Amino acid sequence: MPFSAQPPASGERYALSASLDNARHLSSLLRAVHFQDHATCLATASGLRVTVEDAKCIQANAFIQAEIFQEFSVQEESVMFRISLSVLLDCLTIFGTSSLPGTSTALRMCYHGYGYPLMLFLEEGGVVTVCKINTQEPDELLDFDFCSTKVVNKIILQSEGLREAFAELDMTSEVLQITMSPDKPYFRLSTFGNAGSAHLDYPRDSDLMEAFHCSQTQTNRYKISLLKPSTKALALSCKVSIRTDAQGFLSLQYMIRNEDGQICFVEYYCCPDENITEAEL
Amino acid sequence: LSRIGDELYLEPTESGLSLRAVNSSRSGFASFLFAPLFFQLYEPGSAGPETELFRCKVHMKSFLGIFRSLPSLEKSVGKCLILLKPRASRLVLQLHCKYGVTKTHNLAFQECERLQAVFDTQSCTSHLCAPARLLAEAVVHFPPTLAEVTLRTGPGGKISLRNYVEDEAGESCRVRGGPPPHLGVPPSPPPIPFPPPEPSKMMVTELWLAEDEFQSVAVAPGSHITFCLKEFRGLLSFAEASNLPLTIHFDEPGRPVIFTLDDTVLEVHLVLATLSDLQSSSHSPSTNGVSHLPVPSDDFADDLESYMVAMETSEGGSERPPSPTFPLRTPRPAQSELEEKEEEEEEGAVPGTPPHKKFRSLFFGSVMTPGRPGPATTQEVLAEDSEGES
Repeated sequence: MPFSAQPPASGERYALSASLDNARHLSSLLRAVHFQDHATCLATASGLRVTVEDAKCIQANAFIQAEIFQEFSVQEESVMFRISLSVLLDCLTIFGTSSLPGTSTALRMCYHGYGYPLMLFLEEGGVVTVCKINTQEPDELLDFDFCSTKVVNKIILQSEGLREAFAELDMTSEVLQITMSPDKPYFRLSTFGNAGSAHLDYPRDSDLMEAFHCSQTQTNRYKISLLKPSTKALALSCKVSIRTDAQGFLSLQYMIRNEDGQICFVEYYCCPDENITEAEL
Repeated sequence: LSRIGDELYLEPTESGLSLRAVNSSRSGFASFLFAPLFFQLYEPGSAGPETELFRCKVHMKSFLGIFRSLPSLEKSVGKCLILLKPRASRLVLQLHCKYGVTKTHNLAFQECERLQAVFDTQSCTSHLCAPARLLAEAVVHFPPTLAEVTLRTGPGGKISLRNYVEDEAGESCRVRGGPPPHLGVPPSPPPIPFPPPEPSKMMVTELWLAEDEFQSVAVAPGSHITFCLKEFRGLLSFAEASNLPLTIHFDEPGRPVIFTLDDTVLEVHLVLATLSDLQSSSHSPSTNGVSHLPVPSDDFADDLESYMVAMETSEGGSERPPSPTFPLRTPRPAQSELEEKEEEEEEGAVPGTPPHKKFRSLFFGSVMTPGRPGPATTQEVLAEDSEGES
């Protein structure tokens, strides 16, 4: 139900103002990138992008297009601020996280501009909560410079096939090794843990494989602790695209369908692990 | 098997793949023998005249981790390939799943000696066979934390299961004043007397089963044994799941109890030590072809002295055990551990004091001192302890 209560009038226009009937459309996506406390929000006319980074090696982005919102207006070209993602999520889910059919939390979000807090108005069942979250100077974000022309190998898989694999990854292994090749083993995920090594092979003709474009054999290792949070995005998604470029940078793009059938995206970028020792295969 | 021990022993033989485990106190041993027919393909490798078939042990947790989620495995895994690669030092388990996905696990293993318990179901005086469901339903009445249970043959052919509690007051007092337990160990000072727990304060659960509920009953009347329930439960859930009847072979208290499951492609044995009965008067040592050495006083360290027949190179030498060079724990710590674990009220017990609860060694009797006869209990020594005693 559209939120009708008016925020305190200030007479001025807000740099960012948005309304969302179902706050879960936002909160579930943000949870998929919540592996650090802070996030950088960028609002443009096309929508909202929330970025989380760690160790200068990994970056996750959650995209919520303007079309998902019932109302979305950005005054300047873009509005950017840093905010505590943990607090934001706590506020968005202030009425609880269980999703009973029929009930939803309505959200109105207002941001005055630089230096002002982010205001959230949440309503469920007639109860209104007002939250003010302080914003900070946005950090400089990593630019992985990952464009489609630089992609060497690309695979699109149905998430169903990877979910269990990621959930059961041997966390005693420091790295996750990803091999993509036009020849066998085509697509392989490997871990090297205390018990020994484990390899998960997906053949190119598998039913799970929606697209397979590998031109070169590449084997790259990534710190498993950095990639493990992507499991949350994987769990929500229906499809995932896995791409690597010439330097071994990894791009994981997750297509997520929300409760209303709308499509959103989450992506993870990761640098390959530099300190690699001889692989134990 | 994971209910028994932390390591899984894999031994391919001509007659099938044997998976075994032993518990840390060596008082429980289990083996699952899968006949070649169980597998789509079974190649044990070749054993030359000098070499034996390769065997190894792996950490139970690592192995189980591969089969973590049983329901999803049943849905997604088509077949499983197990390869033992001695030269690469790897045990390879490959699961072929749906959608063409292959999961390959390369587990590190350790070479090991042959793990074999000495037991003979034929020599047991009593045998019971029951559908697993019957025993499972019986055992459900006991609390999950219960350590030991006593199986007893009663009047009218009825069989009872009763949770094991501390011995009667009189019993424990009697033992406390017992003679010094070990050779070479100075006699311990008299134990600090304290009142044993009153039997009337402990909850006792006893369950009687009629003879006709069993598939077959061939028991010596008035016999009873007490064994560890936890380890038995593990086997019971397997038996229930596979719908196989369970056979119990037992003898006198102190002699190991053997549980077996038999199928066309699977043979399962679980051997557990049983509590020795203090009140048992001297019996003649049973004759199953092992050496009869005189047994010293009954409160000797026949307790958790368990000597595995780790048959190093002498296969099948159960009659004449080799000289003990197998790794063992000294009985002393075993005793104290048993004490601390199962008799919390005995904090004041002095190590070395014979505990009044004694688990007979599973495979071997107590450490022997030839020439020290005493009231003979039914314990044969099949090997001597090489550490700590002489």
